[in-house]
Amino acid sequence: MTVDVDVKTLVIDEQEVSARAGQTILEVAQENDIKIPTLCHLDGLGDVGACRLCLVEIKGSNKLLPACVATVQEGMEVSTNTERLQKHRRSILEMLFAERNHICSVCVSNGHCELQTLGQEQGLTHVRLPYRNPELTVDASHERFTVDHNRCILCTRCVRVCSEVEGAHIWDVMGRGIDSIIITDLHQEWGSSACTRCGKCVQVCPTGALFDKSKVGSDHPKYPDFLLQLNLMREAQ
Amino acid sequence: MTIEELDQIAESTRAEYDKYDHEINVCMGTGCLSQHSDNLKDALAKVVETQGKNVFVRRTGCMGLCAAGPLVLVDPEEVLYQHVNASNAEAVVASLGGEPIAALQCDLREHFDEQVHVVLENSGHIDPEKIDDYIARDGYQALLTALSDMTPKGVIRQITESGLRGRGGGGYPTGLKWGTVAKAAGDLKYVICNGDEGDPGAFMDRSVLESDPQRVIEGMAIAAYAVGASKGYIYVRAEYPLAVSRLTNALRDARRRGLLGNNIGNTPFSFDVEIRLGAGAFVCGEETALIASIEGRRGTPKPRPPYPAMSGLWGRPTLINNVETFANIAPIIRKGGKWFASMGSERSKGTKVFALTGKITNTGLVEVPMGISLRKIIEGIGGGVPDGHTFKAVQTGGPSGGCLPAEMLDIGVSYDALLKVGSIMGSGGMIIMDDTSCMVNVARFFVEFTMTESCGKCIPCRAGTAQMHTLLSRICAGTGTMEDLELLEDLCITVKETSLCGLGQTSPNPVLSTLKYFRNEYIEHIVHKRCPAGVCNIEAPVEVLA
Repeated sequence: MTVDVDVKTLVIDEQEVSARAGQTILEVAQENDIKIPTLCHLDGLGDVGACRLCLVEIKGSNKLLPACVATVQEGMEVSTNTERLQKHRRSILEMLFAERNHICSVCVSNGHCELQTLGQEQGLTHVRLPYRNPELTVDASHERFTVDHNRCILCTRCVRVCSEVEGAHIWDVMGRGIDSIIITDLHQEWGSSACTRCGKCVQVCPTGALFDKSKVGSDHPKYPDFLLQLNLMREAQ
Repeated sequence: MTIEELDQIAESTRAEYDKYDHEINVCMGTGCLSQHSDNLKDALAKVVETQGKNVFVRRTGCMGLCAAGPLVLVDPEEVLYQHVNASNAEAVVASLGGEPIAALQCDLREHFDEQVHVVLENSGHIDPEKIDDYIARDGYQALLTALSDMTPKGVIRQITESGLRGRGGGGYPTGLKWGTVAKAAGDLKYVICNGDEGDPGAFMDRSVLESDPQRVIEGMAIAAYAVGASKGYIYVRAEYPLAVSRLTNALRDARRRGLLGNNIGNTPFSFDVEIRLGAGAFVCGEETALIASIEGRRGTPKPRPPYPAMSGLWGRPTLINNVETFANIAPIIRKGGKWFASMGSERSKGTKVFALTGKITNTGLVEVPMGISLRKIIEGIGGGVPDGHTFKAVQTGGPSGGCLPAEMLDIGVSYDALLKVGSIMGSGGMIIMDDTSCMVNVARFFVEFTMTESCGKCIPCRAGTAQMHTLLSRICAGTGTMEDLELLEDLCITVKETSLCGLGQTSPNPVLSTLKYFRNEYIEHIVHKRCPAGVCNIEAPVEVLA
């Protein structure tokens, strides 16, 4: 029996690689140990292409493509770490740091934060943009978890994991533009929402915006890898 | 409904109107209605009735020259009156057959002579709420001809040959888009008309929907036949109540006449259209956000590809075009793609409707061949800047377009030419500014608009526009520094190159173009702490006060 597999070959950062048709540039890069920075992307969740950190350059096109959703094409030449991309990535991270009140030293996720790590990896030494210092709330009404909007970067991982994996869809985004905010149910307290208390959102949150109350004051690493195992187990069924 | 039946309706409608000695057309578009042209029409009808005159008083759509409204057009003499109100009704009726009323007559030859009406050919001439008026002016000929004499491929060939490009702003070749949707696999396909016109100062689509709704429906039906769709949606802003009511009325009439529904023109082709109302989000004009909105989800854009042509509404191949694009279809099928391609410039064919607003004498709607110079549109057709002021800049393409200075007025209007000088065609809004406008403040105004209308999904647009706004506000307040200016430029490039959808990608255009052409105004604000136009409220430096 022959399996009909459509194979594409392409070049990523001057390295020749092969891929199945329909694979994203990010998947292929990861398979070949080429690191592309990501933030809203999480293995096991649907992609939205929102954070723009995984943008890559394609030879012959002036348009930058998000590697998490752009699929491979035969013969395409991808550059993942040009000077132009590095500059944009730093700029986007700067926008995030200046957007809300990210104060690492008092954050439960200090040392385990994807935003912090990305800042370090991308060589972000200072923020030139004016800090916006918005007045935001903390909702600690849930018996186990807390949401601190000061640290939220609106990656919508919580929204997606709750909808796609847990199937509860209690998280969503309210408002638009700079006033966007994640909410539970129809903007009621997390504690009185239809939350199933599964805690998936907390584990996938890249920053300290969602955290476990029992971990406050201690090390709070998160384990988003559970998603892949869960997906594997579900597929096996 | 067959072509013969259509011809019969057309002839009997024309014969009905021919019975009258005169026809008085009263503009009842939103602009003239706001000046009570409905009362004027009632007054005219009453005078005609009491005097027993053999005159027909007709409600029509927009006549274009909104600045001079309410407008009245007397046929067959083709006399146009401006600023008419109910108290003039008797005089207008009395003048019929004799000398026109000099005091009311609008004699703007230059305004009308340079224009070529394709999309607006019926606007101001037919009653938008009567389908037979549209049929009497060759309406639905194109659809029935296409259904009986042309293959879907033949229709697409005509559209491709016409060189028509998307009128929503992107300028994507319409024929190519139709061909892609036609080739996409699947039995169920959709046609969507994008009527979510949200640019400040733009009202082309509103006028077309208010003045000639059947034309848009016919264009959609032809498109559906060409791509193999059976269901259509028109997405209109809820802020356009008149357009919505006229469209609703038009859809009902088209169904009654058998021009929508099952087996149109006694062929196997079936097609129907539903209206969907926008809830006030500018970003829903972006096609993927619009589709999400129709599906009942939050109106946020998705990365493309996949393009709607492959996976659109509910994951099905979807053709999505703007109101004005669909309004061009029927004449192209009637007169042929070559006829359309004979107008316009090399790579931008046909005509384009522009909404002239701001500091211009003849505020209103104009339709001109592509390639015409900005100078002709503004100084000729538009009548120039009023009140003795001098022209400073024109912004084309809505809030995300660029501001072009007087030196650029001689470029021909086309998709490519405008892009080259740092602006965009956009949907066709043109805001004219004079020497009383501060360009920094103008840039700040438009950035504020995009900042408020950003959906918040991607970071560069959500946070970047807010940062741009902060920096621009500083400069306007006289507290900006040269470092701020440098930062602003950096920010503009990142937002432009990294944003997810067109809204974010084009949002820095007002800043970049004013920086390019009016940089000295920024420097004046920053270094000399003064606003050359006297708009910005800059406090005097502290040392002067001391």
